[in-house]
Amino acid sequence: MSEGRFGAHGGQYIPETLMNEIIRLEEQYEFYKKDPEFCAELEDLLKNYAGRPSLLYYAEKMTRQLGGAKVYLKREDLNHTGSHKINNVLGQVLMAKKMGKTRVIAETGAGQHGVACATAAALLGMECEIFMGKEDTDRQALNVYRMRLLGAKVHPVTSGTQTLKDAVNETMREWTSRVADTHYVLGSVMGPHPFPTIVRDFQSVIGREARAQILEREGKLPAAVLACVGGGSNAMGMFYEFIPDRQVALIGCEAAGEGIDTDRHAATIAKGTPGVFHGMKSYFCQDENGQIAPVYSISAGLDYPGIGPEHAWLHDTGRASYVPVTDEEAVQAFEYLARTEGIICAIESAHAVAYARKLAPTLPKDESIIICLSGRGDKDVAAIARYRGEEITE
Amino acid sequence: MDRIQRAFAQKNAFITFLTAGDPSLEKTAEYILELERAGADLVEIGIPFSDPIAEGPVIQEADLRALGSGTTVDRIFEMVKTLRKKTQIPLVLMTYLNPVFHYGYEAFFERCREAQIDGIIIPDLPFEEKGEVESVCLTYGVTLISMIAPTSRERIRRIAGEARGFLYVVSSMGVTGVRSEITTDLDAILREIRSVTDVPAAVGFGIHTPDQAARIARQADGVIVGSALVKLIARYGDHAHDQLGAYTRMMKAAMQEAE
Repeated sequence: MSEGRFGAHGGQYIPETLMNEIIRLEEQYEFYKKDPEFCAELEDLLKNYAGRPSLLYYAEKMTRQLGGAKVYLKREDLNHTGSHKINNVLGQVLMAKKMGKTRVIAETGAGQHGVACATAAALLGMECEIFMGKEDTDRQALNVYRMRLLGAKVHPVTSGTQTLKDAVNETMREWTSRVADTHYVLGSVMGPHPFPTIVRDFQSVIGREARAQILEREGKLPAAVLACVGGGSNAMGMFYEFIPDRQVALIGCEAAGEGIDTDRHAATIAKGTPGVFHGMKSYFCQDENGQIAPVYSISAGLDYPGIGPEHAWLHDTGRASYVPVTDEEAVQAFEYLARTEGIICAIESAHAVAYARKLAPTLPKDESIIICLSGRGDKDVAAIARYRGEEITE
Repeated sequence: MDRIQRAFAQKNAFITFLTAGDPSLEKTAEYILELERAGADLVEIGIPFSDPIAEGPVIQEADLRALGSGTTVDRIFEMVKTLRKKTQIPLVLMTYLNPVFHYGYEAFFERCREAQIDGIIIPDLPFEEKGEVESVCLTYGVTLISMIAPTSRERIRRIAGEARGFLYVVSSMGVTGVRSEITTDLDAILREIRSVTDVPAAVGFGIHTPDQAARIARQADGVIVGSALVKLIARYGDHAHDQLGAYTRMMKAAMQEAE
């Protein structure tokens, strides 16, 4: 059995064509993560380019209205490019460049990872090609143009359900055709080992900062940290540092779409079963014959039929819990945060805000909770208007 | 000598691939018999999968057609069981790991034995992960076929050293589908394989013309053709019988001439 297991999950279930590259990536990562020069360069980029550390904002009005635990927002939406995706992308693209690669490819759902990747590629002088489901290129036309402005080539993927999973399929296919000069910048804590570990490590800056910030503000650890989960990169980044703190509840908010009792959802932990897909063992939404099921969410970034293997393991061990949040709850939370705190967050992040609205009132006032606000919501404004029956043109 | 070994005995094997259930399982059974009559030495039966990451557009679309026609793993086993009464041609399943994992390894390979399926190829199960499947395969007498890619380099010796049945040598980078030329140094890869094993090596991915088949036949122990056949089925649907036969005879003749 290979390295990179999280309990029964993880592994390296990929075609032989990619095995040597994956093994090399693992070796290179083990080297660079301890290389002082690489670490210094990455830290400089995170600070002076991405704008880290991100703020831990005390949402006072929201706290007052909910009448329970203090609500803090970890403002990943304020990073350059508008989401947490930049943390991982700067790490991976910098490493790819040092490995001698000249070209990066990536999948994207909502477009946030694609935009971040195109940004890092522009900055570091790499060729960049992004694969995005055709349906998502329609839902997120603005991000498509943004990527093109940044010099990336965007390929609309017309196979399968034309969403995130198909974009991953197509990026993997592209990688098997051209691997020598190309690095696949996987955007979430998924795929074959070592990707779940690499992405988690690069994203763990979120929780590391948040933990220090909350200790400084409150003098004690929060009762819970919350994050939305598709593949699970912002959640893993938020959770990781808190895993040893047993008193801190780790709560992942999955996309329940139109409800987990319908077939229109993307709630992998609630409704998925063990499987092997996209290079990893984990939980997947699949039918009784092991065919990967079409999933649905209003949020293109959570519209994925699987979940990272470390989340699957955190679920198995009971260290983290995963709750389903519907489209309607997420849209209400999106509107609520805008009106209450003057923050338009990504519809993905709004799933975590929605559950926080239920959780905070059940906790004492001297406790706190942290919501990872993984991205900003500019990209979602038109879709939310449409959801509310208003057609606006950008 | 088992059925797979017989396919390679004293000759170059012509290996053909079809997606089960494209356009229907009845037609798949009929087409397999026609491929055998026309000279195929071994048939790979693809289990359709929703997300076949190693396939090009031709086989991706075949998988969708097959799933659309209601094809399931159980129905494929039923088809093969019935087919086995009419033919002794070696039959090898080609599937992604998830349908097998989901079915349960024990149950899946027990059904394989019942249906007298000779082997299985799983493109997303590399050398490092094969242990969990291979032990069950052995219990039920199913041969797990290993793959070697143009990027395998120093891995060739390890993979070939544990190979059974035959080795599936991937001719080119990328996914399945027809290619105008194959630029990989196959001779070097095949030399490396032969230095560690007597297990026959068959080459696949991209082969579609008689010229290519003849060239590969001179280098390797077998030629694998998939997308070119699947394209005929895409085009002729329920009426691909004669086309599949004619194409197979043409390829087989080119290989025999080369020998």
